[in-house]
Amino acid sequence: MPNPIDAAARATPDPLARRIRGLSDRTIAWLFVAPTIFLLLAINIFPLIWTVRLSFTNYRANRPNEEVEFVGLRNYIRILTDDGIWANMQTTAHFLFWTLFFQVLIGFTLAWLINRKFKGNDLLTTLIVLPMMLSPAVVGNFWTFLYQPQIGLVNYMVELLTGTPASSFSMLGPGGYAPWSIIIVDTWMWTPFVMLICLAGLRSIPDYIYEAAEIDRASKWRQFWTLTVPMVLPFLMLAVLFRGIENFKMFDMVVLLTGGGPGNETLLASIDLKREAFEKWRTGYSSAYAIILFVTVFGLASIYVKALNKVKER
Amino acid sequence: MTAYSITEPSGRSKLVAGLLVTLYTIVTLLPLVWIISTGFKSGPDSISYPPKVLFEPSLEGYVNLFTTRTRVAAEEFQNLPPPETWYDEIVRDQGMVIAGPSRFGERFLNSVIIGFGSTFLSIFLGTLAAYAFSRFKVPLKDDLLFFILSTRMMPPIAVAIPIYLMYRELGLSDTHLGMILLYTAVNISLAVWLLKGFIDEIPREYEEAALIDGYTRFQAFRKVVLPQAATGIASTAIFCLIFAWNEYAFAVLLTSGTAQTAPPFIPTIIGVGGQDWPAVAAGATIFLLPVMIFTILLRKHLLRGITFGAVRK
Amino acid sequence: MKARLLAACSAAAISVAGMASAQSSELTLCWAAWDPANALVELSKDFETQSGIKMNFEFVPWPNFADRMLNELNSGGQLCDLLIGDSQWMGGAAENGWYVKLNDFFDKEGISMDDFAPATVYAYSTWPKGTPNYYALPAMGDANGWFYRKDWFARPEIQEEFKAKYGRDLAEPTSQKELLEIAQFFQGREIDGKTVYGASIFTERGSEGITMGATGALYAWGFKYENSPGSYDMQGAVNSPEAVEALEFYKELYKTGTPPGYDNAYMEQSLDAFKSGQVAMAMNWFAFFPGLYADPNTGGDKIDFFVNPPQNVAASTLGGQGISVVANTDNMDGALAYIKWFANPDVQKKWWSMGGYSCHKAVLDDPNFVNTAPFAGDFLQAMGGVQDFWQEPAYAQLLLAMQERLHNYIVADQGTAQEALDGLIADWTEVFEDEGKL
Repeated sequence: MPNPIDAAARATPDPLARRIRGLSDRTIAWLFVAPTIFLLLAINIFPLIWTVRLSFTNYRANRPNEEVEFVGLRNYIRILTDDGIWANMQTTAHFLFWTLFFQVLIGFTLAWLINRKFKGNDLLTTLIVLPMMLSPAVVGNFWTFLYQPQIGLVNYMVELLTGTPASSFSMLGPGGYAPWSIIIVDTWMWTPFVMLICLAGLRSIPDYIYEAAEIDRASKWRQFWTLTVPMVLPFLMLAVLFRGIENFKMFDMVVLLTGGGPGNETLLASIDLKREAFEKWRTGYSSAYAIILFVTVFGLASIYVKALNKVKER
Repeated sequence: MTAYSITEPSGRSKLVAGLLVTLYTIVTLLPLVWIISTGFKSGPDSISYPPKVLFEPSLEGYVNLFTTRTRVAAEEFQNLPPPETWYDEIVRDQGMVIAGPSRFGERFLNSVIIGFGSTFLSIFLGTLAAYAFSRFKVPLKDDLLFFILSTRMMPPIAVAIPIYLMYRELGLSDTHLGMILLYTAVNISLAVWLLKGFIDEIPREYEEAALIDGYTRFQAFRKVVLPQAATGIASTAIFCLIFAWNEYAFAVLLTSGTAQTAPPFIPTIIGVGGQDWPAVAAGATIFLLPVMIFTILLRKHLLRGITFGAVRK
Repeated sequence: MKARLLAACSAAAISVAGMASAQSSELTLCWAAWDPANALVELSKDFETQSGIKMNFEFVPWPNFADRMLNELNSGGQLCDLLIGDSQWMGGAAENGWYVKLNDFFDKEGISMDDFAPATVYAYSTWPKGTPNYYALPAMGDANGWFYRKDWFARPEIQEEFKAKYGRDLAEPTSQKELLEIAQFFQGREIDGKTVYGASIFTERGSEGITMGATGALYAWGFKYENSPGSYDMQGAVNSPEAVEALEFYKELYKTGTPPGYDNAYMEQSLDAFKSGQVAMAMNWFAFFPGLYADPNTGGDKIDFFVNPPQNVAASTLGGQGISVVANTDNMDGALAYIKWFANPDVQKKWWSMGGYSCHKAVLDDPNFVNTAPFAGDFLQAMGGVQDFWQEPAYAQLLLAMQERLHNYIVADQGTAQEALDGLIADWTEVFEDEGKL
């Protein structure tokens, strides 16, 4: 660091001189922010507006020679009156609710245990985090292998531990297990994420608060519910927000696991959208579908963020 | 924290917690261990019914990952010169000969270029923007910051169609540049928010002193702020890299021959009649290593990164 | 330091990309990543020495093959000069001008489509179907066939028990219903200390699996897509009583003759099930048969093959592909030279010997052909009765609708076969209405 006295001894540079030697602060500010804004406008906002426009047409991206017609709200009406799509939305809701439930429950419990700061907690944390470093493509593909009744690990372990014959059930097949199997895989992969956030929350609680509670002779149980939980809640809600948004748009892992089956039991709305857009190439129709999903997630997220801010203020 | 603090958990509760977490770690790592061990199985062992826990290790999976093999007519096979290398021998044992290298190397290199390229660009642009938001009066600052955050909420498929059409027009389909820009756009919101938190914490006095010392703003940014923000930049980089490294959906849609990354390639390696599970597992293992090492090196910063900088040290 | 390294990396990447597009004495051939593709690499080495053109190959894994390649054609990509594409793409590829029409070239070079098996020319080359407008040269004949554990079938105690139960010898089934009986006979049986099952069949939900499997039964019962070709008149054809019976049959086979957990199975899973010794029989594409025959554990004298058994008619589901020149190629002459070379009878013979399924009559009509491989005779028989899915430009929509209807009925146990097929007509009618064809 330069010696301030030395620096003061030199002439303090006047703004004009600085402007000549370098750029003004205002220019620098714009220069620094502009590329980011420009990139987001080009790759997020412009395409979004384009999607809105396409959603009112019958355009198909794989038929360049066909005439494009404006069809008004027909795509939207078709989608909103389609029972199949409402069923897909319910599948998505089921998937979202239970993945969030299990990840919060297990993630928080783990963080709470790790926060006991036992010996080796640092190593275990690093190991637990590993599943989320895998590519969803690899995870989806490999779990079909793990779920295979005769040659996979899951049924083998169940037989080993409970004696239930491995071939007597199929995790991804009919029989109602499939929606739960995809929840298990997502929970396996992403619980560490929730755990890390909770851990960050727990570590942010200063010790003196517990010390004060201890002096007040509050029971451990009471401390947990009146101190720990409220203090960690904003973090938990943040975790739920991130996971919720991610799982709402996720499709790759489940496509590889079940392809939406058996029947349509695990056909998430995002998978259906991907099929309409990039397999059936109904571009106009799927644009409307995409907008409906986007409005849904944006609406839910906005309400949620308001609630989150309220919790933070408390 | 002192040893006699009343908030320090008791020895017994530590032990119980340690045991429970260890148990969870074992259960959660089982599938991962299974993947890694499958990489060292032979083809028949990998799909053995019932599954094999103990097996004779083989490098077949790794050899198959990096080569393409073909069968030759029986009499020709008999007359081949003896295998020259250990990997020739492994392929010969499967009754095949090596036809050439596989595309895995290229795909992996693409992943490196696109993953690290977009991480670098996200950090570069993100640092500039974060610095401006942290230090200067930017008009509509809060609105702009919220706008940047909100782009994170957009389902990729909502914009995938126009991006696909736009890239087709601009010739960015299946190019490294196109994918780098795309992943950067997805990651930049995270980068700006995280880095702003880090830069806010660097005392302004340092720069002011430098400015008085005759540095320009730009020089002060480069020589004073950047080194101070190094750890923050590193932790931001992990999260940008994890996303860009593993991304699958856009990679499948927008790339084919030139710029295809490894994730669309690995899960679908087909060997002699059917999925080549050892090769898939070998690919998954190799592909996990770089992010794993990166994470272990920077694990201290993981906690801050994951909460969008919401946690202060 | 890291920044410099990255800059170097991306510079290298850009220069590599630049190099790849410069050469025009190179050709890139695109196909799916599987055994026959690797054989084609070997085969093409002769072409490289003869022509001096360097061959590059882009093999896409099956699950992404259609998405990736249609995407490529669609976006006017320059990746492929030659494409061995699925038969169902023909309508779209011809109507959108993605493939070069080869009639003039065939005439000029004296390549006659009469030299190829008629079923393959019809399926792989023509659009509109059956007209002499050729967009591809038949490259890889394929159909869905069956294979079984010959060693298990031959065991005396099993033979005896089967005969006692069904009053006939245990042998390759000659009808779909016999196949079902054999599958049920093996289901849950103890062989060498392991519980084994009847047959592994296609049930995959996502892409085309269950349709390709179930049509094996549908075609054998006499299923037709239209009452008269080109009329899009499906009522009474798609949901005929025979079709309903066939679908009920396939469901029964799935429920009572397949191993647990094969509820989303396509080619890879069917092969895994057979190679791990779980099943007595399995269905799959002929393309995999050379690999299966060579398998050290379940190949050789433990395996034999049979054609999809008839019920009312003899029919098999068509697979396979023709080779086309991509209209966007920057090396048209080279691409055509490759087709000309590939059409040569000697090259076709070598192609077959390496595990590629030639469609050339010089290969197939050779009296010795049936002795060249244990599945050669079955292949000939299968190709005599192949039927294909719609090849309409909207085939993907038609296919995904069928996938959903079939999977819902067969695997997820919803509704009846009649309802599934009635629903399918409704779905398909909607597609054809959108297309302006109805």
